[in-house]
Amino acid sequence: MQKVFGYPRALTSKRTHYCPGCTHGIVHRLVAEAIDDLGIQEQTIGIAPVGCAVLAYEYFDVDFQEAAHGRAPAVATGIKRVHPDAVVFSYQGDGDLASIGTAEIVHAAARGENITVIFINNTVYGMTGGQMAPTTLPGQKTTTSPYGRDTTKVGFPIRVSEMLATLDGPSYIERVSVHDPKHIIKAGRAIRKAFEMQIAGKGFSLVEVLSTCPTNWGLTPIKALERLKEQMIPYYPLGVFRSPEEVAEE
Amino acid sequence: MTYEIICAGFGGQGVMLIGELLAYGGMLEGKNVTWFPSYGPEMRGGTANCSVVISDQPVGSPIVSEPDGLIAMNGPSLEKFKATVKPGGAIVYNASMIETASEMPGLKMLPVPSNEIASELGNNKVANMVALGAFIGLTKVITLSSAVKALEHVLPARHHKLIPLNVAALEKGLALVK
Amino acid sequence: MERVMMKGNEALAEGAIRAGCRFFFGYPITPQNEIPEYMARRMPEVNGVFLQAESEVSAINMIYGAGGAGGRALTSSSSPGISLKQEGISYLAGAQVPCVIVNVARGGPGLGGLGPSQSDYFQATKGGGHGDYHLIVYAPGTAQEMVDLIGLAFDKAEEYRNPVMILSDAIMGQMMEPVVLPEMREVTADQPWATTGKKGRAKPNVINSLGIVGEDLERINIELQEKYKKIVDNEIRYEADGIDDADLIVVAYGTTSRVARSALNMLRAEGKKVGLLRPITLWPFPKPILSELAAEGKRFLVVEMSVGQLVEDVILAVNDRAKVDFFGKLNGSVPTVREVYNEINALLQKGGA
Repeated sequence: MQKVFGYPRALTSKRTHYCPGCTHGIVHRLVAEAIDDLGIQEQTIGIAPVGCAVLAYEYFDVDFQEAAHGRAPAVATGIKRVHPDAVVFSYQGDGDLASIGTAEIVHAAARGENITVIFINNTVYGMTGGQMAPTTLPGQKTTTSPYGRDTTKVGFPIRVSEMLATLDGPSYIERVSVHDPKHIIKAGRAIRKAFEMQIAGKGFSLVEVLSTCPTNWGLTPIKALERLKEQMIPYYPLGVFRSPEEVAEE
Repeated sequence: MTYEIICAGFGGQGVMLIGELLAYGGMLEGKNVTWFPSYGPEMRGGTANCSVVISDQPVGSPIVSEPDGLIAMNGPSLEKFKATVKPGGAIVYNASMIETASEMPGLKMLPVPSNEIASELGNNKVANMVALGAFIGLTKVITLSSAVKALEHVLPARHHKLIPLNVAALEKGLALVK
Repeated sequence: MERVMMKGNEALAEGAIRAGCRFFFGYPITPQNEIPEYMARRMPEVNGVFLQAESEVSAINMIYGAGGAGGRALTSSSSPGISLKQEGISYLAGAQVPCVIVNVARGGPGLGGLGPSQSDYFQATKGGGHGDYHLIVYAPGTAQEMVDLIGLAFDKAEEYRNPVMILSDAIMGQMMEPVVLPEMREVTADQPWATTGKKGRAKPNVINSLGIVGEDLERINIELQEKYKKIVDNEIRYEADGIDDADLIVVAYGTTSRVARSALNMLRAEGKKVGLLRPITLWPFPKPILSELAAEGKRFLVVEMSVGQLVEDVILAVNDRAKVDFFGKLNGSVPTVREVYNEINALLQKGGA
């Protein structure tokens, strides 16, 4: 009988600590499948962030370094410069990447550092208990914006993909979503493409994955997926912001 | 024996370079040496100086505060350091920029018209070498040939074509003592 | 052996290259700029990496990546920049990543000045970042020691899987002195624990300082403390000069040890019984020798460019068995030979404890 579905080799069998309905598990699987498909498990090195994915090194069956909060792109840079032939990726949330780590992500992108960044945008700090993130939507209630994010006082969300796409360094930037199977398949393709860019030596690639946090949003998993689709995507439009074709033309 | 030197002048007069030549020359003669620059707010326009120590023993402090010898390329430098020179010590000063200098009892003082001599050689910039030549002649702290050899090490390769001019300036300075 | 004149900062940089360092990450700050500038010129010649990071914070985290990946990695900075690196240094210590960090110290606190200072002694030897950890800290006293100790630093960093700091200052960095350079060493980045990609290994290598589950953190700390004990037992270095018949011993490192040496030479020429004890490792601190000398009835004078940091370790080492005096200079100011000479003379005239 032909095997049509299996467990990715690049994941360990360890059960994750993620909450029910959290989409980290889906994204982990997509990353692992890309690693399997490309046959790069033995040469891949990951960097875990500070945030919910801090224990990512327990779940991926590849070499890993756990970074300080926001510093994953700098750590990835150090690793990549030592092992240019390795495939190096960081896995970062929105607090880690878009708040405390803005300097590191902007400059890694500007350098065209030949690494891949998986960026999880769920509009909230998950691990610390639901505080306001740089990506929190206007009006969104969090534990540190209990009356809703007031843009007159705390400003506006950062659209990371659009911002980084203004730089010359990146080779590939795409925003994807995991709110339904069709989009999950698309997200998987984007992640794979990002790794392919790195393997081809094209430079910095980033996939922003719109994700859910049912626990801190106070929603059921299904309602959370609906919120992602109806409220996040209009603010964070899906699409390719920097493409390989563009790079090839330059 | 330990011999301590301060080379001082305006920024741009090449006092750091003659200090380096003294240190490098000392090293080529098998001595322990240090060279230490004094920069800071005086780096541009004001006075600049460096400390050089040449010794048979391991060198302690690289910062010279009571020198055996002083090369002063301008008035403010002479004023600042002349009273710090040890009894029996030597001062070479640039007479082209310092009209009169009061005698310091117990010190050998040698006025050197460095800029005039350098101009006669066709390049005002080697005034520092004239003063260094005179200082070597007066103190014998290193030999002329060590200073000449040091030039090859200290000057960047692109300036090596200027070595004959620098050597001529050193010799002119040295001749003032004989 | 050919001697060449080199600035302390450049001697250190070339020494690192000769010791197989091929990865430098840094950020400009005075008075250490000769080091990154030298590396920017030199690294391409040896197929090494020089990268000017976007901040001190990024630079130390690049070191965490490169060191964790098994490369011989170096960063240098000066006091305010070293403060910025402290979070990263704590992670390096916790995750046991070998690397070398150079502090060409200047005066503080805050933005401070550009002059030489020894007021980062506490920061270097007693943590600096969070948690119970230690760096091995070397204090070079000559340009030659810049070369020798940076080579040793890389070896010890790898031997113990521990970050090592070289604590220098503006004078040690700017001073030119003859050095003999060692032969170039070839070193490969293939440590068995490093992140290289699994390359057929059964288990992934993980570089990590997180101990969030159960007793993990206690286990990590016990392991670290066992390692530190080994370092204390085996790695203390110091120079003793004329201490056997000395009544008074000056304790000083780096720049002030040189000033003290000049003063001591003058005093010994006058027949005074004085000596020098120069710690070369500031951590582990040469406690046993000081303890021994205290038991023999010596007295001590600590000379520092700070308001009194090294002196605390000397007091702890002699543990009330000897008199410890202190002569310090505030940030940016260097004691003159004459001042130290006068200070020692005054103490000798005052007599015993």
